[in-house]
Amino acid sequence: MDGEVNIPMLTARIRKERRGEPEHSFLLNVSIEVPPGITILFGASGAGKSTLLDCIAGLVRPDDGQIALGHDVLFDSARGINLPARKRRIAYVFQTLALFPHLSAEENIAYGLSVLPEEEIRERVTAILKLFRVEELRKQKPGQISGGEKQRIALARSLVTEPRVLLLDEPLTGLDAELKSSIVDDLRAWNAAKRIPILYVTHSRDEVDALAERVIALDDGRVVSAGVPMDVLNAPRRKKLAQAAGFENLLNATVLDLRETDGVMRVRLQESACEIEVPLGYATAGSRVQVAVRAGDILLATEPPHGLSARNVLEGRIVSLEQLGTMVIARVDCGITFVVHITPGALRALELTAGRRVWLVLKTHSCHLVD
Amino acid sequence: MESLWLSIKLAACVAAILLAVGMPVAYWLAFSTWRWKFLLESVVALPLVLPPTVLGFYALLAMGPRGPLGKLWIALFGHGLAFTFGGLILASVLYSFPFAVQPLVASFEGVDRRLLDASAVLGAGRARTFLKVILPLSLPGVVTAAVLSFAHTLGEFGVVLMVGGNLAGVTRTVSIDIYDRVQSLEYSAANRMALVLLVISFAVLSVVYALNRRVWTPWTAK
Repeated sequence: MDGEVNIPMLTARIRKERRGEPEHSFLLNVSIEVPPGITILFGASGAGKSTLLDCIAGLVRPDDGQIALGHDVLFDSARGINLPARKRRIAYVFQTLALFPHLSAEENIAYGLSVLPEEEIRERVTAILKLFRVEELRKQKPGQISGGEKQRIALARSLVTEPRVLLLDEPLTGLDAELKSSIVDDLRAWNAAKRIPILYVTHSRDEVDALAERVIALDDGRVVSAGVPMDVLNAPRRKKLAQAAGFENLLNATVLDLRETDGVMRVRLQESACEIEVPLGYATAGSRVQVAVRAGDILLATEPPHGLSARNVLEGRIVSLEQLGTMVIARVDCGITFVVHITPGALRALELTAGRRVWLVLKTHSCHLVD
Repeated sequence: MESLWLSIKLAACVAAILLAVGMPVAYWLAFSTWRWKFLLESVVALPLVLPPTVLGFYALLAMGPRGPLGKLWIALFGHGLAFTFGGLILASVLYSFPFAVQPLVASFEGVDRRLLDASAVLGAGRARTFLKVILPLSLPGVVTAAVLSFAHTLGEFGVVLMVGGNLAGVTRTVSIDIYDRVQSLEYSAANRMALVLLVISFAVLSVVYALNRRVWTPWTAK
């Protein structure tokens, strides 16, 4: 390979209004860059992710804007260019997968190759079936195939055409963790070999952590943040994004005072006596802010902790304990209710029960300010 | 039984023509986003509500030696269109049009739009998408359209009477023949033909309903 220099970057500047009933009308107005590699498009449902992919693929015509792959212009409203979807060579794996129900796995995969000589079609189909470890399914129809296998066939159908860009709309939803990670591995390997711009839509933090090289966060039709995953996801600046990014605790608070030299400020949580320290933000004493804390970032102790660097220790009582798979969700009342995730092992070791007195420990930098 | 044979021949021709003509019309009706589309939908559905005599009357006027269609036909073939088998086919095609087009539209519209998107993204043009995706997935609708237009043509009376008249071997279809026999009190002959028509119609409708209840579909495993 010549390295990434020759692989064009996908750029899109799109404005698309969807009219409907007032609460359903919606404006997508974004400008994004997708370099070779995996870029995750992240955001709550209704943020405009699928519309954005549809515009890039050529299935929906933007009202205004430009979409280009390097110097190759796919859409330009000003110049009246609109390359039809079938000529864009952009692969798209839909949320519903959209496998053709009347065609076998093999015929589905060969669908996009019809211009090639028959010999080559057969070779390519066989090679990709092998790559995705679904050779034994070649004669089966989608109705006879399990969910994870369908996802593999849909990926294979898109990738076999050697696209210039790959769009994936939540391709792994509804799969169990093990199956997911094996498909994620396949995708990572393919990405390492081909290095084309890949735009991957998901709500799932696991998929972001496993795949993302870059993240674009979308909210209400706008890009609210773009960059490397840590920066984008760990500092949510919008409430919806915070919820989508898995911040289970979203707390209203009033700023008490700023301690600029320490880089922190003290806030009082909504209608309670709890005071905590959070990182310094753009706020003044007396202003209202929102603080987002991930349930997995909170420590739980059965005795008052000593000698910790963490500055925030809150006393409270366990309201409820609920086991969900390998995770226990504890609700703790400290004047306001916190959601805390602990392991079943910790639950047993600490002999936690509802009504028990506990202390919550929050690191200052686990408390994120939300606009 | 000459009249029965004539009816079957007529119905088969009409069904074949309607499939060929109905498909592009149905495709357009299913996928066009033109705001005045409902006007064409209404035109297509007209034969459902018009008395056959009204349709037959206008068809006769158009096909007559002074009608536009009749003049054209005479110029092309040297003889008139009214009271011929060709004229009968034309009038029947008009009369059975909704019975072919409506099932086609319904089945085309029933195809998941994401499959059409997938086809486009994979490089297929409209023709390929239609032949490889829409048509195979609309197979029950296509069969319904063919069967209904066949059956409807088989049983038509008013339009045939207006346009075709009653010429043995040319335009005397089975429904006209039955009427004739009853008029001349040949009840047993009338009964034989009526019974055959009844059985054929029942068989044909059973096929349609079986298909629409998805008793079998060609691609899903049991």
